[in-house]
Amino acid sequence: MDAKRATELAIIANRVRKNALTAVFNAQSGHPGGSLSIADVLTLLYFEVMNVDPKDPKNENRDRFVLSKGHTAPALYGTLAERGFFPVEDVAGFRHVDSYLQGHPDMNKVPGVDMSTGSLGQGVCVAGGMALAAKLDNKDYRVYSILGDGELEEGQVWEQAMFAPHYKLDNFTIFVDNNGLQIDGNIADVMNPNPIDAKFEAFGWNVIHADAHDFNALYDAVEAAKQCKGKPTAVIMKSVKGKNVSFMENQAAWHGTAPNKEQYDQAIAELDAKIAELEAML
Amino acid sequence: MAKKATRVSYGEALVKYGDNENIVVLDADLSKSTKTDTFKKTYPERFINCGIAEADMMCVAAGLAASGKTAFASTFAMFAAGRAFEQVRNSIGYTKLNVKIGATHAGISVGEDGASHQCLEDIALMRTIPGMVVINPADDIEAQLAVKAAIDHDGPVYMRFGRLAVEDVNGEDYKFELGKGVQLKDGKDVTIIATGLMVQEALKAADMLKADGIDARVINIHTIKPIDEDIITKAAKETGAIVTAEEHYIMGGLGSAVTEVVCANAPCPVKIIGTDRYGKSGKPNELFEEYGLTAENIAEKAKEAAAMKN
Repeated sequence: MDAKRATELAIIANRVRKNALTAVFNAQSGHPGGSLSIADVLTLLYFEVMNVDPKDPKNENRDRFVLSKGHTAPALYGTLAERGFFPVEDVAGFRHVDSYLQGHPDMNKVPGVDMSTGSLGQGVCVAGGMALAAKLDNKDYRVYSILGDGELEEGQVWEQAMFAPHYKLDNFTIFVDNNGLQIDGNIADVMNPNPIDAKFEAFGWNVIHADAHDFNALYDAVEAAKQCKGKPTAVIMKSVKGKNVSFMENQAAWHGTAPNKEQYDQAIAELDAKIAELEAML
Repeated sequence: MAKKATRVSYGEALVKYGDNENIVVLDADLSKSTKTDTFKKTYPERFINCGIAEADMMCVAAGLAASGKTAFASTFAMFAAGRAFEQVRNSIGYTKLNVKIGATHAGISVGEDGASHQCLEDIALMRTIPGMVVINPADDIEAQLAVKAAIDHDGPVYMRFGRLAVEDVNGEDYKFELGKGVQLKDGKDVTIIATGLMVQEALKAADMLKADGIDARVINIHTIKPIDEDIITKAAKETGAIVTAEEHYIMGGLGSAVTEVVCANAPCPVKIIGTDRYGKSGKPNELFEEYGLTAENIAEKAKEAAAMKN
């Protein structure tokens, strides 16, 4: 990927972050920290990698995406809105009683959402089923899923970790959002899932490390996954929870807390400054 | 008459109706017991063994269904409705995906394996999931037609099958209609509403009652959800007393479902026959005896219900 494209994607990702924060601020409820940490990979997937069409969101040959860490719906909605699946203004209705944007993704209500998620551990297993369906039907679509690193504590993740290599689902790529934090603190203190890479390797996955905020590294990981035959790929992404909002970065406290007006204004100002800086580079 | 377990019917029906390329069958290392091995032999490319991992299996089934498949997910009732309840609720029920759960070894008739494997709460659990269809067939022909109905129905279905070989209660010309109860015998004094293996006991109980001069109506409720309100309301109005019989815990199952309808539409005495505690090891017939799942007990309770009428 050339530098210009990476910069363009970084601009979009920061707009996605603004959308996510606007959603959480207006709802005064939701999960900003983990939404900000996955904004870059979501942007890469929906704007550079995945074969999707906002005008035909159910096309049977589309690539699929499952947000296994469903609580970071604000980032997914922010991305889908930027991509044109629904109006950007609608994200302000997030979690409101009269909005279709549920607290966690709902495939029957939100255009572009391929699976309803929220209960951790389930999404990645569903995504494995989608990848298997493509194999059974001899279709060439690919399936992507993002998991939290805390989510790895759910036992059923490891049931799927056995399943996908067993069925040689090389059309299946998962991203582990390794920001190191979960609600109750550091993942290593709450219930240590480390070493993450060695575990997936031992289960038979093609494991790739990538910086969650480096578009080139993420893109290369996706391309490498496409080249890998006979194995699913797990991209372990070192990420920063609360990325690009100074006071939210690396703070477990921002896992599920909404900003107040002052904090929201500051966060938007920081992201606008970031966008202006990036635009100047184009 | 040859006896057959409804789990065997399930396996046969999957093969019979499985020529549809869209159908996939999943199992969790129990294919020899759930009888999905018959499908595996016929259509190996559409059989998916998930290993001993029911939570993953339910979600994989959801993923296959989300990609256009009709996915049958099979394991013992205990693990389908019990262990994987939340996966069924969130990834299959909430999403309204086209997953058919083939749950075998339901009820106390599992026998020797004992309480850990005798699922007596699955009807209650599955009934609480909005949109979930719950079917508990009584015999071979009904079980096979239930599989066909599940394929034809768009959305999640839970089918409850047994391990014990049982006699047919329905004839060859039997028509199965999803959500419709079947009146097997008319009667005016009391109604016995039964499901699954208790249907044959209900018919025997009606014969016993006849000897005592009590004219009992017998209704088979194979679809516990959505339940046939009309046939139950009519029975409550016309006979004024009801006894229900199921191979399930007395809370949350057929008895509760019937009571909900009767209380709302035509209040009358309802006696509920089912298990009131965990099961245990033993031969199925010994267990039926010990837990009161017999024609004798149904007849006894029917008399009590009839006596409560004003």
